Amino acid sequence: MGEDAADQAGVRELVDAVYRSDSRRVLATLIRLLGDFDMAEEALQDAFAAAVERWPRDGVPANPRAWLVSTGRFKAIDGMRRRARFDASLAELARRLDTDTSDPASWDEESVEDDRLRLIFTCCHPALPPDAQIALTLREVCGLTTEEIARAFLTAPSTLAQRIVRAKIKIRDAHIPYQVPSRSDLPARLDTVLHVVYLVFNEGYSASSGELLTRHDLSGEAIRLGRLLIELLSEPEAEGLLALMLLHESRRAARTSPAGELVLLGDQDRSLWNREQIAEGSALVRRALASRRFGPYTLQAAIAAVHAEASDAAATDWTQIVGLYDVLARADPSPVVDLNRAAAIAMRDGPPAGLTLIDALLARGDLEDYYLAHSARADLCRRLGRTVEARASYERALRLTRQEPERRFLERRLSELPD
Amino acid sequence: MKYLCLIYDEEKKLGAMSQSESDAFMGEYHTFTEGIRKSGHYVAGEALQPIHTATTVRIRNGKLSTTDGPFAETKEQLGGFYLINARDLNDALQVAAKIPSARLGSVEVRPIMVFSQQ
Repeated sequence: MGEDAADQAGVRELVDAVYRSDSRRVLATLIRLLGDFDMAEEALQDAFAAAVERWPRDGVPANPRAWLVSTGRFKAIDGMRRRARFDASLAELARRLDTDTSDPASWDEESVEDDRLRLIFTCCHPALPPDAQIALTLREVCGLTTEEIARAFLTAPSTLAQRIVRAKIKIRDAHIPYQVPSRSDLPARLDTVLHVVYLVFNEGYSASSGELLTRHDLSGEAIRLGRLLIELLSEPEAEGLLALMLLHESRRAARTSPAGELVLLGDQDRSLWNREQIAEGSALVRRALASRRFGPYTLQAAIAAVHAEASDAAATDWTQIVGLYDVLARADPSPVVDLNRAAAIAMRDGPPAGLTLIDALLARGDLEDYYLAHSARADLCRRLGRTVEARASYERALRLTRQEPERRFLERRLSELPD
Repeated sequence: MKYLCLIYDEEKKLGAMSQSESDAFMGEYHTFTEGIRKSGHYVAGEALQPIHTATTVRIRNGKLSTTDGPFAETKEQLGGFYLINARDLNDALQVAAKIPSARLGSVEVRPIMVFSQQ
């Protein structure tokens, strides 16, 4: 007892630490070597089980990750050989796997990092349905359990599990390859990946329904994914997306009052903003803008950075923000961008200019069911003293929102209107 | 690995083309087919006659029913196919994206089922 037990506990802790830091890397490589997601996951669990058993006895290997990959692969081939008694095709597969993979010790850092990219691009393959892309990425790349993902997306675990199973079946049966897209395909494929990361972040930042305004864990996962992408690929839009997420995340503490009420950007206590995240986000925006190969995420991040620089709402450089929205509206036209641009113009030129633009947008019909369009209109009417119109628009917005904090915010605004 | 590329077009749109537009479109198909023959992707390919020539048969309770028209009435109609050999889905999608109808209609890409020999 004594020293040995302490050693064993130490090794156990080390195995846990390696699991946290490296299990996704090991999985990514095992998927490439074994050519199958489920087989690789099983091999990963077997490899860690073997580590728990052997490392205390034989000592921790010099390169734990290579040991885990090689052990996992061996366990998978061994399992196939045993099952081959019932299914002859497995014998052939086991033989092939055993001969055509090189010595794990010779795998360089670069090929392992490529495996992580392969995994991301495969999980976010456009041939998979969008909700499956998200579920698969969180499961395989981030290592979240099916139950954790289901809870975060307010979905039944069985529904989510089925989504993941179907995606894996399509990857296998349609032969979606485990590879990083070619140069010519990369921009379009990267868009899909960035979109998945952005959706995960948004789901965490502003839950689309339910009591909770924020689901912190998902935003944290999305930021981790964003960092991983930048580490693996030097693409300006990936930097722009990470910057955007960091700059939004920096306001988290100020977005809700201690009582859980929604606080709008203009009314937030800016001393609560996370300066470290702002500094990191702003630096990333500058780098992405300097590349001149940036897109919509970088532009949105640049707008968030201008807000972050202002000591209060009045000190905001609205001219620069309107200018950035002009560029964004050309790069990635959408009614929501037009609405935000109109709100910025209202800040720069006064409420009447903004109201004219929002009325024109609503008349176009695209934003009829978008609660923020009606609440923005209500706000401008309120500031212009047009109480009756403000009331009608707040009520309209209230009917369209599903989120509790937003409902309470709109109800408060309604009750504050003069009779 | 074999994939079937099912080509869906709006017959109305194709019918509304002028002679020169239609010739140019067929020319594109000719160039495309030559291209995938050279690259080794081509296995087979045919164009279908319009849906007014289609007949659908079903046997229900042992009784044959024959009806005029396609299996399902849709905005876009199955107008032809290519059977191709491709390395994987990415390779197949790249070929499918070059089918001239991908710009006008749509192309559905389906892997061919392989039955085990045993």
